[in-house]
Amino acid sequence: MSRAPVRSWTELKPARATRVPEGLWLRCPACAQMIYRKQMESNLHCCPECDHHFRIGAVERVRQLLDDGSFVSMFTNLFTNDPLKFVDSRPYKDRLAKEQERTGEDEGVQCGEGFIKGRAVMLCVLDLNFFMGTLSSVVGEKITRSIEYATERDLPMVIVSASGGARMQESGLSLMQMAKTAAALARFDDAGGLYISVLTDPTTGGVTASFAMLGDVILAEPRALIGFAGPRVIKQTIRQDLPEGFQTSEFLLDAGMVDRVVPRRELRNEIARLIDFANK
Amino acid sequence: MALVYTLDFEKPLNRLEAQIESLERGERPDDLPPEKDASTLRKEHTQLLRRLYSGLTPWDTVRVARHPKRPQSRDYISMICKDFCELHGDRRFREDPAIITGFGRIGSIKCLIVGHHKGRDTQEKLACHFGCAHPEGYRKALLKMQLAAKFRLPIVTFVDTPGAYPGIGAEQRGQAEAIAVNLREMSRLKTPIVSIVIGEGGSGGALGIAVADRVAMLEHAWYSVISPEGCAAILWKEANEKNNNAAAEALHLTARENKRLGIIDAIIKEPLGGAHRDPLKSADNLRKWIIEQLDELRRIKPETLPARRYERFRNLGKFTERPLPADDA
Repeated sequence: MSRAPVRSWTELKPARATRVPEGLWLRCPACAQMIYRKQMESNLHCCPECDHHFRIGAVERVRQLLDDGSFVSMFTNLFTNDPLKFVDSRPYKDRLAKEQERTGEDEGVQCGEGFIKGRAVMLCVLDLNFFMGTLSSVVGEKITRSIEYATERDLPMVIVSASGGARMQESGLSLMQMAKTAAALARFDDAGGLYISVLTDPTTGGVTASFAMLGDVILAEPRALIGFAGPRVIKQTIRQDLPEGFQTSEFLLDAGMVDRVVPRRELRNEIARLIDFANK
Repeated sequence: MALVYTLDFEKPLNRLEAQIESLERGERPDDLPPEKDASTLRKEHTQLLRRLYSGLTPWDTVRVARHPKRPQSRDYISMICKDFCELHGDRRFREDPAIITGFGRIGSIKCLIVGHHKGRDTQEKLACHFGCAHPEGYRKALLKMQLAAKFRLPIVTFVDTPGAYPGIGAEQRGQAEAIAVNLREMSRLKTPIVSIVIGEGGSGGALGIAVADRVAMLEHAWYSVISPEGCAAILWKEANEKNNNAAAEALHLTARENKRLGIIDAIIKEPLGGAHRDPLKSADNLRKWIIEQLDELRRIKPETLPARRYERFRNLGKFTERPLPADDA
């Protein structure tokens, strides 16, 4: 493939990085400006120059969303046990152990009760740092238990999604978590519960095709990749280039698939006022 | 007897089939030992077939499930269903031929039938996107299923899809939302639902019409979170024969493995050598199982079905639960 020659480094557009490289300074992948890391971090992990939303893990998200110190972590007694003895180039067990060591977490979701601007909520946050936030038996079970807990207590349910989809290493069992969580949301809906789904970069596959798209209200962070099939798969299938901005939050807003595109700094306010509107 | 299309592992059958055929025409092949006649050859053929099909690898199973001659939803509907009355359209966007819906009678039971359809000839296959439904297909299925619930008709679904269609229009019109809504709504329909994976059960596209009270698979069908090729391309970095084999094995996608994991409730026997060798027999097994299940489910109060269905899916998933540390207080 021939490419136009790049004459200087300013013309180079770096690829979107999942994790921010270490260092005091870093280059924003969106505007290519050098930014001071501390400044970016204190700005809710958004670029101070262009407001690019960096990807964040679940612990940071919980910290940002909830009132200080209000989070009570729940269902921490469930552990993944490699039910299929799955081995690809490396055993699933080893991959899991490595993720656990790297992140210090057991699984890819944080669940618990807390307060958003004084309003009690049940919150689940998928953790991109852990196995790309993929849906395993444990993740599905924790979310289902959270929904059931919220149903019993009539708590507003907030799920922040960020996920590569189903976890292949748990195959059919992972697939069934889609039906399980969706069924739990049906009962929550029957009971009159309010469910706010927050879509962040990226939300794809089996997570999008289950609880993520079932919110009574669906919010999305700006410029997030949100879709069912990955852009690469679509490109291969239709053998065409994809339109600019395809599968972004703004694209979904235009398509009528999400209610609001909300910048990170507004999320707490938006969730709080939705809870008020729903009289919860 | 001879099929136009043969799978690799079926190749040893070819010579026997050719010999039997020429004997039937009244010619005697030169390479045939004098003591053998048509009946001994047929016996040999059956034995070989049994041997080949009892030792299928998971990847072989996937290929049987994709056999071009394998009966599809429309074939089964015409074989087991009387008085089929097809219903079209999602009333929103357009008719999606990749999912068939309609009223019909199975035995004496009136029901709604929903099934993925791949298409037979090239034109039909293209119209059906090889069984990959668009959001409008899933929405049509739900609309008709809600109709069935309204009239207290049980629902029978046939799953046969490589996956939901990945395309620009499909994403724009909410492929993920359409499937998600089906999962949620099927879980609370107050009417019996039975689902059978008759060929391919590819991921969310399959599950989108398979949230049922009873789920079965035909013996040589597959059901998994991703196709072996898709999995190989991601985890093994390349989809080739060797990696597809390994991925098919690792994904536990066969009927037997899905049964072991509790994902399905029953395996429906196929005729020797796969459904494509005797579609009528396969349809007969299918019909018997459906009637048996519907007879049982009819005795349950429809209002209590969603709670039972919830329990069924609620219990799926495998993990370790340790006791929570006791409170200090």
